[in-house]
Amino acid sequence: MVKKQDRLYSRAIFLGYRRGISLQNTNQGLLRVEGVKTKTDAKWYLGKRVAYVYRGKTANKEKGLTKHRSIQGKVIAVHGDNGVVRAKFHHNLPGQAVGKLVRVMLYPFRPSN
Amino acid sequence: MVKWYPTEDVQKVRVKRANKPTRLRGGVSPGQVLILLAGKHQGKRVIFLKQLEGGLLLVTGPYKFNGVPLKRVPQAYTVPTSTKVNVSGSDFSKINDAYFAKEKENAKKTEEAFFAPKKEKKPFSDAKKAMQKSVDAGIAGKITDPTVKKYLKTKFRLRNGMFPHTLKF
Repeated sequence: MVKKQDRLYSRAIFLGYRRGISLQNTNQGLLRVEGVKTKTDAKWYLGKRVAYVYRGKTANKEKGLTKHRSIQGKVIAVHGDNGVVRAKFHHNLPGQAVGKLVRVMLYPFRPSN
Repeated sequence: MVKWYPTEDVQKVRVKRANKPTRLRGGVSPGQVLILLAGKHQGKRVIFLKQLEGGLLLVTGPYKFNGVPLKRVPQAYTVPTSTKVNVSGSDFSKINDAYFAKEKENAKKTEEAFFAPKKEKKPFSDAKKAMQKSVDAGIAGKITDPTVKKYLKTKFRLRNGMFPHTLKF
């Protein structure tokens, strides 16, 4: 049984989609990972799997709907100098996810040596 | 200038090289403690035994310490730690990928079988239980330090202020 306290992922906030001033690319999301402030620190997270976890209103087994749902993705690149990271999801994140928590898992783990 | 090509179509012969198992990273050697990152046993600290032919890592809890049986784990889903345990007293040479193969059911696909209620799960084989016991006995017996015992029993988890990119495992 995985308890709420047994956290094996980094917390990250979905800042929004990759964008210029007026045009946004909803295919790529920007994540600010907790504790990551520099480009070199962010490099550790490259390739790590990511999940946006949310709850549905109803569960319907016949329709294949569960109460707890997730959108899987992975970190694809570092974004800028201050530790923000780009992620791509199997399905693009919905707009309501902006500002919400995204989980950055520890796998695939790449040892430093 | 026209590119040169042979007058008849010649199939290019490609030499197929044998696949090597994935390289062991992080200085992982038998007896190293690994942290499992995903699956039912996520967060548990287990002991690495050897790399199997297919490339997966063979690990054990030991079962008595944390409920992890002899298990195959992909390397990307483990974290190697600096803690090492003596496994020389344990014989796991007979365990290979075939040990984990599922038993094939010789059930013919008939209409009644399709609608019949599902069969109960087969109980865990005694031979595998015995193998687990023998492998673990050689390891658990040599762990005398109570801190190491506690370490293997405790799950790894992230807490406030712990950021994985700064952690030294």
